[in-house]
Amino acid sequence: MISKQLTVVGGGLVGAAIAYGAASRGLSVRVLDQGDTAFRASRGNFGLVWLSSKGGGMPEYARWTRDAVGQWGGFHQELLDRTGVDSGLIQKGGFWLGFSQEEVQKRANLLAKIDREAGGIPFRMMEASEIRQYLPDIGPKVVGGSWGAQDGMANPLFLLRALHSGLKKAGADIISGIDVAAIEHDAAKGRFTARSRDGQGWTSDRIVIAAGLGVGELASQVGIHAPTVTTRGQVLITERLKPFMDYPTNKARQTAEGSVQIGSTTEDVGLDDGTTVEKIEWLARRAVDTFPALANARLVRAWGALRPLTPDGYPIYQESGTCPGAFAVVCHSGVTLAAIHANVIGPWMGGLTDAPPDVAPFNGKRFLDKNARFVGDH
Amino acid sequence: MTTETLFSIPKKAGQAMVRIEFEGETLHVPDGISVAAALLSSSRGALRTSIVKGTPRAPYCMMGVCFECLVEIDGIPARQGCMTLVRDGMIIRRQSGAPSLEGLASGGKNGE
Repeated sequence: MISKQLTVVGGGLVGAAIAYGAASRGLSVRVLDQGDTAFRASRGNFGLVWLSSKGGGMPEYARWTRDAVGQWGGFHQELLDRTGVDSGLIQKGGFWLGFSQEEVQKRANLLAKIDREAGGIPFRMMEASEIRQYLPDIGPKVVGGSWGAQDGMANPLFLLRALHSGLKKAGADIISGIDVAAIEHDAAKGRFTARSRDGQGWTSDRIVIAAGLGVGELASQVGIHAPTVTTRGQVLITERLKPFMDYPTNKARQTAEGSVQIGSTTEDVGLDDGTTVEKIEWLARRAVDTFPALANARLVRAWGALRPLTPDGYPIYQESGTCPGAFAVVCHSGVTLAAIHANVIGPWMGGLTDAPPDVAPFNGKRFLDKNARFVGDH
Repeated sequence: MTTETLFSIPKKAGQAMVRIEFEGETLHVPDGISVAAALLSSSRGALRTSIVKGTPRAPYCMMGVCFECLVEIDGIPARQGCMTLVRDGMIIRRQSGAPSLEGLASGGKNGE
């Protein structure tokens, strides 16, 4: 019988997936969620379930992502069966589209390197004429691209809802509007208390810090070095249109409801989640260069959202060395990695399995090397 | 069930009128009002069908937020009737579901 309790700080896509993975396997789980005042990276996620080009600088991450997208189909079905909520997964391949031969060649080299180093990540380069058989509406500026058979898309907001619904069905406690300010460790009893800014406390045997941009500060209190940086993504959405884009691309995707989501920027602007005319114009122009007929589509919204990133862009999954039972997670790709977060990270952090060997490279200690230089990738 | 419109435009002396065409039928409506107001007061019922289930919809918020009043105006699909003023000679049709990209491309050439 399992009597231990797990507290997950953070109820966004990452925290909710991990919590769901633990709760659905019988653990007693409590999720402390900051609520709608949080920056909610889930709102800024472009919604791609994407393997191609991930992990160009870290084969372990390419493999991790490969395994994650391989589990998505089953995970989608599981959530649908348990909650009735459709996470919107469509995973029948996706395109990266390039505007110059030079760009396309760079892409080919990168994908070949990743497949060579990580294995099992096939791709196909296509000329524009071949791409047109799949995406007839691409414009003359698209000169070529790559095709990844395992790429796809989901609906980030429905996914978040499915995870929360699954958590409730598994008996987990989701407590909203909690701004966790401190993690206290009782070493003698091996217990942790998450303390909110207004003084309330929740005590459990294990604790996972998955609070997005708030991870760094809380993790340091339990001896985990988890530096986070913010990146802002602006995205645009058009009115709903009849289906014309059968496959998602890196520049635009058509949702199941018909809207075309255009994205996204990657900006380093601190804690500003606003929009700028300059970036909106850049996104719109790029989308029209890709699909010229979009010039006549109306945009109904543009918004910005902040997402957490580590200095090298790859995730941190780590247990504390000094406070065993405390874990920290920083991850940018909450949609792509949702299934593996639930299936592998949740059971590990919940204490049901040993540390999976393939998460060892994702230790935050890599950022303590003063001589290392990091190039953002993800 | 009432067949009379629930909406009316107050009559003003000397009010300029314009002629618009809706689904092939000519309507005389006051100048300076929105397409949605003109069609509501002319009792034309549903102006569009919804995108997912094809159910009939009519103008609702009248202030550009709800997108229930979408109509095709002068060949351009899915325009917000409540945000567009009537103009003499305007040709309006019901909007059936989502516009197609091709429809936007051909209709959009007329400008506006």
